Formats: sequence, structure tokens, C-alpha cells
Amino acid sequence: MDLILEGILKAFHLLFTLDPEVLGITLLSLQVSGTATLISLFIGISIGTLVALTEFPGRRLVVSLINTGMGLPPVVVGLFVTIFLWRNGPLGFLEILYTPAAMIVAQAVIATPIVMGITLAAIQALPKKLRLQILALGATRLQMVWILVKEARLPLLAGVMAGFGGVISEVGASIMVGGNIKGYSRVLTTATVMETSRGNFDVAIALGIILLLLAYFINLVLTHIQQRERPR
Amino acid sequence: MIAPPPLLTVKDLRVRRGGVRVLEIPSLVVEEGTIHSLIGPNGGGKTTLLQTLACLIRAEDGEFFFRGEKVSSSHGLLQYRRRLAMVFQEPLLFDTTVFENVASGLKIRGMDRSEIEKRVKQNLQRFGISHLMDRSARKLSGGEAQRVALARAMAIQPEILFLDEPFASLDPPTRESLMEDLEKILHQTNTTTLFATHDRMEALRLSDRIAVMNQGRILQIGPPEEIMNQPRDEFIASFVGVETILTGRVVRKGRGTFVASIDGQEVEAVGEMEIGEPVVFCIRPENVTLTVPPHQEATSARNVFPARITKVVPLGLYYRVHLDCGFLLVAYVTIQSLENLSLKEGKEIVASFKATAIHVIQKTKKSEPQPSLSGQKNSSVARA
Repeated sequence: MDLILEGILKAFHLLFTLDPEVLGITLLSLQVSGTATLISLFIGISIGTLVALTEFPGRRLVVSLINTGMGLPPVVVGLFVTIFLWRNGPLGFLEILYTPAAMIVAQAVIATPIVMGITLAAIQALPKKLRLQILALGATRLQMVWILVKEARLPLLAGVMAGFGGVISEVGASIMVGGNIKGYSRVLTTATVMETSRGNFDVAIALGIILLLLAYFINLVLTHIQQRERPR
Repeated sequence: MIAPPPLLTVKDLRVRRGGVRVLEIPSLVVEEGTIHSLIGPNGGGKTTLLQTLACLIRAEDGEFFFRGEKVSSSHGLLQYRRRLAMVFQEPLLFDTTVFENVASGLKIRGMDRSEIEKRVKQNLQRFGISHLMDRSARKLSGGEAQRVALARAMAIQPEILFLDEPFASLDPPTRESLMEDLEKILHQTNTTTLFATHDRMEALRLSDRIAVMNQGRILQIGPPEEIMNQPRDEFIASFVGVETILTGRVVRKGRGTFVASIDGQEVEAVGEMEIGEPVVFCIRPENVTLTVPPHQEATSARNVFPARITKVVPLGLYYRVHLDCGFLLVAYVTIQSLENLSLKEGKEIVASFKATAIHVIQKTKKSEPQPSLSGQKNSSVARA
């Protein structure tokens, strides 16, 4: 018990004194996952909306692929991103393996299907007649898409949160493509894995608390979205 | 041509859905400033017609003209759509404030802020919802939401307004007050309107002309009185609310009148018919008079029958009385007459109606009195 109690006390000490190493790791985590989420938003929302609004042969297959992608195992993503970025791999010339850039790439690959899937569902959940109503109001096709995305903004925010939550807590891909290099590519999850294996429970607990707080915040937003009413 | 072309002219419009023809309109003319109602059962093609005319559905064949210019889905579509407005059964409001909702059509048109504000406020006031301006559309009642939807449409100042059952999901008092306001606003603004409804009372109240639709076709079109008093066939008669429809055969004829036998009873009606011809009589329940036998008043009605009351159904302000006088007859009476005559089930009374109160539908098809109708039945069967 002492081990846990001591660990927690020390963890709070690290948090409240703003330990530079813990702070650095946290900021890098937010930066990497934030950038990856942002990239996933551009790709996910545009393709998700496109698939939601168009009819084409093989649409069901595409939808099922997107939904499968929402549960992509991070280690598999890590493996393939590593292969692609490997020195003599197809994208080896970029020379970004074991850098935060590679982590952003891997995390974006993980988050994109999540955002895309939720966008697809959110746009499809809007009343079908809403599209007709928007067109009848004189909207161009582009204006209609924009209004629909605005209408689905809260579920889309849920998509953002889910995407961000997925990548900030992900460890497999980050450690494989980032290498957990101290002060360079070490993020909350990879640091927690390492500190735990070394027996530095205090630091690991401090990092764990930060991750929990982030998870709590994300869920707070999601719950709020879930509980709202739809307009008539 | 000197006279301006009608606002909307439809020629041979056909729409197909999933291989089935759901709309076939050989011709329809809507003059500027008129209110046309489309009535008919669900699936009769009212919505399809409105959506086709709003260019939300592509027609398979045929064309229509707006102010004499052909509306084409390939070019000028957006310009055309920006001259119309449409309100659906559901309010379909956006997840924002009431003000922004009413402003949405104007914003789409890129109108400047001060003009938008002016028009939005004007329409909020017209529909009596100024106090809801900053309210979220999520927090409105059904009636308020539909008012916002109508204000959003009217803010556009449409040259033609399409209403697709806008009152269908509202409760009666809410519907009543909204209809009253809408009627006033449509007349004030002289807005040409196509109004789909399955409620004949709504249609009667609002429209200059009524078109009865079924199976994707217009069965009859004309002024409300004509549709109500001279329904062209039994389907229209039953739909526009003639409660008594009797079938029989002509047994005698006089000068301008004839007598038909209906379930063994002789009923006199106005018209020139040949003996032996099958006929359909439509009698509106408000044209049937009920009296209690001992105090029978002098009546000019030719058709007087002793009857037994089989059922009394309350309908709010009046009662519907079902009668058996050899054939079945339905009458409407006020609460007061119900009490005065102490009408109840099983009571024996006298029912009378004038020969002129009967609308006669000829059943013969020899002379093809309605070629479009008889043709329609065959073709719709063939296509189904």
C-alpha cells in the first residue's frame, strides 16, 4: 500500500510543481495528438460527408470499411507506417521515422476513420427532408453541404473528441514510429510504459493522472452532446 | 399574346419512381395570386407533384413553364429555386435561433444584413412570433416551430409557395389559429400558393381552386363549391365528405326530374335520365332534415322517409346521425336540435331532403362522359 500512496503523493508533487519533464511530455502529447486530430478532421469530415450524401455502387462496402477502420489496432498502423517510412520504404525519402512527424502520421491514420465514421453517421442521422428543405431555400450544392455540416456540428464534435481520445491514449503506434526518445518523441503513453517498466511508479502515476483528466474532460463533452435535444 | 402567361403551366408531366409511375399530369395551370389546394389520400401524388414543381425531383418526361419560361433542371435551376419557397409537414428548422432560421433563406441569397433584419422582423411579426426571436429552435412547441418554418418561407418573398401538409402534425386549436394567420398573410401578400393537404376542410377554407388527386393523377379540378357539390365520381364524393352515397336504377322520369329505386325506396332527383340507367346519388349530411312524426312541418322536400336512428356520433359542435330508412342515410344535427327532438338510438323519426340536394353521378360509360377517368383506370392497372 505504501508504494501506491507514496506514488500518488509524489505524483501530485510533480504535477503541482510543474515538473519540466512531465510538462514537456504532456505538451508534446497534446501537440502530436492535436495535430493528428486536426489532419483527421479535414480528411474524415470531407470524405465522411461525401459518402453520406452520395449514392454509388459499392457504397455499402465503403461504409463497412470505414466502420472497420474505426477500430484499427494501433500496432498494425504502427507496423505499416514504420514499413512505409523505413529508410528504403516507399516514403523513406521523407526521413521522418522516429520523429514526432511520424507519430503525427500514424495517429492521423488511426483517427481519420474514427472521425469519418462518426461524420457519416451524423450526417445520415439528419432528417432526409432537411436536404430538400435546404435546396428549396435556394442553396447551392456547396451551401447545402455546409449547412448540413453545421447542423451536425455537435455529433461532429463527438467525432473530434473520439478521434482525439483515441490517439492521445494510444501507445503501440507511437512507440513504434516515434521510438520514445527522451525530450524528443516521448509522449504520455510511451513515457508511462517506460517509467512503469523501470519501477518509477511516482512519475508513471503522475502521467496516468494527466491521461485520466484528459479522458474525463473528453467524456464530459461527449455526455453533454448526448443529452441535448434535437430541434423540431 | 397580350395577356401575361400564367404563373405556372404544366404539360404532360410524368414522374417515375422505382419503375412505377407515380405522377401523370397532362395539364395544370396556376394563375398568379391564386391558392390551389391539392387534396387526396396519402400516396395520391400530392407531395410528388409539389417536389417536382420545386425541382427537387426530376421528372421523367414532360415540361412546365414558369411565367412562360421553360423550367429546366440543367440550367437556370438555382435561379428558379430562388423564386419559390417550400414548407413541409415537419418544420425542419436549423439548430440555431429563431431569428437565424427565418434569416437562412436570405443569407443563402447573400442579402445584406440590414435588409435581412428588416425582412426577418417583418415576418416574425406577421406570424406573431416576435417574442421568440432569440429563442433556440430546439425549445419551441410544434405550433411555434411551424410558424417559424412558414416565416422562413415567406421572408424569401416567394413568387410561388409550396405547402406540403404544413398543419398535419398540429393539434386542432393550434392548427386553427395558424391557418387563420396564414390565410390572412397569403391574401395580404397575394402569394400564389400550391397547398397539399388530406383535410378537405383546410382546402375549402384556403383555396380558390381544389384539385383532387389519386394515384398520381388529378381527378377533378375546379372551384371549391364545384368539387364539393358536383363531385365527378364516387371516389371524389367520398373524399370530399359526402357521407351518403346511394346506388340505384332509374324507374320513372318526369319533366326535368326522375325517380330512382334505391333498396326498394323511391327517391326523386333532378336531371334527365333514361329508365333503367344505373345512378349514384350523393347527399350531403347537412342537407338532410329530421322531424318527429306528430309535428311534421310543411316541407317542400319531395323525398320524405320514415326512419329509425341506428347510431348517434358526437362531432364537437354537431352530431352525426345514422338513419335506416330502407337505405342508409347520414344527417348532421346541432346539439340543440338533438336535444329538442330528443334524438337517440332506436327512435323513429322522419328524414327528408330536397330533390335538388342530391348530386347525381351518371354510372353509364356508353357515352364516355369522363374519358380521362375511364382511361386512367386501365392504364394505371397496366402499369402497376
